[in-house]
Amino acid sequence: MLPRTAWQAMAQKPLSFVTSPWPWRALLYLASGVALGAATLAVIAVLATTGTMLLVVGVGAVVLCATVFSGIYVARFERWRLRLVDLDPAPDPHQSPAAPGLRGWFQTRLHEPVTWRELGYTAVSMIALWWLDAGVLLFALGAPVLTAMSPLDDPSAWPWVIVAVALVPSAPYTITAWAGCRAALTRAILAPRDNELGDQLTEITRSRARLVDAFELERGRIERDLHDGAQQRLVTLSMTLGMARLDLEPGSAVDRQLELAQEQVSLTLGELRDLIRGVHPQVLVDSGLTAAVEDIATRFAIPVEVDLQLPVRLPRDVELAGYFLITEALANIAKHSRATQAAIRGRLLTDLFVLEVRDNGVGGADSSASTGLTGLADRVAVLNGRLRVSSPPGGPTLLHVEIPCRFA
Amino acid sequence: MSLRIVVAEDSLLMRDGLVNLLTRFGHRVVAEAADADELLEVVRDDVPDLIVTDVRMPPGRADDGLRAAVTLRSTHRGLPVLVLSQYVEQSYAARLLDSDGGHAVGYLLKDRIGAVTDFVAAAEKVATGGTVVDPEVIRQMLQRRHDPLSRISAREREVLALMAEGRSNAAVARALTVTEAAVNKHVSNIFTKLDLPVAPDDHRRVLAVLTYLRA
Repeated sequence: MLPRTAWQAMAQKPLSFVTSPWPWRALLYLASGVALGAATLAVIAVLATTGTMLLVVGVGAVVLCATVFSGIYVARFERWRLRLVDLDPAPDPHQSPAAPGLRGWFQTRLHEPVTWRELGYTAVSMIALWWLDAGVLLFALGAPVLTAMSPLDDPSAWPWVIVAVALVPSAPYTITAWAGCRAALTRAILAPRDNELGDQLTEITRSRARLVDAFELERGRIERDLHDGAQQRLVTLSMTLGMARLDLEPGSAVDRQLELAQEQVSLTLGELRDLIRGVHPQVLVDSGLTAAVEDIATRFAIPVEVDLQLPVRLPRDVELAGYFLITEALANIAKHSRATQAAIRGRLLTDLFVLEVRDNGVGGADSSASTGLTGLADRVAVLNGRLRVSSPPGGPTLLHVEIPCRFA
Repeated sequence: MSLRIVVAEDSLLMRDGLVNLLTRFGHRVVAEAADADELLEVVRDDVPDLIVTDVRMPPGRADDGLRAAVTLRSTHRGLPVLVLSQYVEQSYAARLLDSDGGHAVGYLLKDRIGAVTDFVAAAEKVATGGTVVDPEVIRQMLQRRHDPLSRISAREREVLALMAEGRSNAAVARALTVTEAAVNKHVSNIFTKLDLPVAPDDHRRVLAVLTYLRA
């Protein structure tokens, strides 16, 4: 595995670490830290002094304010600099201002905890960290040089050269260790916390839910079009053919032709009905999950025991997810399991819908291999639910689903 | 026999077809309704001999037609209703059959209208108090009921098989090398699953065995 941070790099074999770019990156990180720290100290000292002096005039308040917010810019640079010793990105936790303009910007920034963490980090960095950077650099690089130079004053001190040479290989470790330490601290303080990522995560879930909604809407539209369009026309066609046959001699050539035509229409209607049921089960919408599932169960090739106890209608999206879960699970059982029996059990536990589909088949269902199961897991995940499968080779297979219900 | 019929169907094409068909066979369509509300209103003013209605209709575009039919049968006892549907689902048919004792009702797939003579005969049968259920729906209902033993687990089936050989619970327990308590539990499960409630006149053990032997 390629190292992604300075610390990980140190865990490699010594030779590959010392010859890798990582010690140099750490060196650059510390050196730039010293420069940044010194610059920050200088700028803030000037700002704070001028601000305090101008406070009497009033402009000073603005300058002091700028001092407070300077942390944001220091932190931005720190996060960017972090990439020298830590390849994983540290995103900016700041949110875009709620309102446009300078006022909105200030309001948002003042209310963000990260602004204050950044200010604290800047203060610590300015007061302590960059001095430590400088100290580590001086010790790691200066100590061998000074030691090596001691025989120049006193030739009898020549064994110190050996010590100096021995110190050289330790320098990359000292520098990288401190650079890693500083990077870890920076990440801990400046990277987004979970709750700061929260908004983005919610947004993603919502958009997935929107996608599913759009999909369901489309299914509903297709079903409606087929039901009100093609189905009605075919029925009317069959009726017209039937009426026409009334005027004909029964069993005549034309009557036979019309009868054949009617049979074709009838077959088409049957196929259309199956298709529509797969797209959007009307019985589910009208009568709820229990009725819909009992209807599927009767159509199923092997006996299915249905035991759904739902005192109320589930929320629409949960109902739909439950229905498609069961149809897909039954389809899987029919295709792969060689089961002779299946059972569906569903309960509503306060606001959690718990669904179990089991069969006595050969097992071995693999959620990572089966696209059907993955699709089901996606459907459940959109509703913040979870799906677990137990299917040891030899069976039996149990599908356990929990979906939280939010009743409006 | 000339019937006074109300036809409720939202598709104009279908409705015209139905009216033509019924008229052709000598019946009179006294009113037409394009949605469930209209149907309820039309029938309130003048109760016909038969209502022919679609399951799915406005205003809800769901099972409004079926619900209107069930409502009408609760207010006008014995009012004959023939429901036409695109759905084989037995739950729709079951709701209709549950209304007012299931007399004078019909549930037919729209496909059947094509066989015009049979269709009109079915309508007349409903009007005279008969019950008509689409063969496709019946096939499904029978499939569901056909094997009462399908609900029994493999272990319970073994117990039942030994019971059929006339063995006592203790003997069954020995044969399956389980405790007698476990056998008792299996037996009571079997009674529950075969819908054999405690009754003074029946010996449930014998009834369970009979069910097993018949299957």
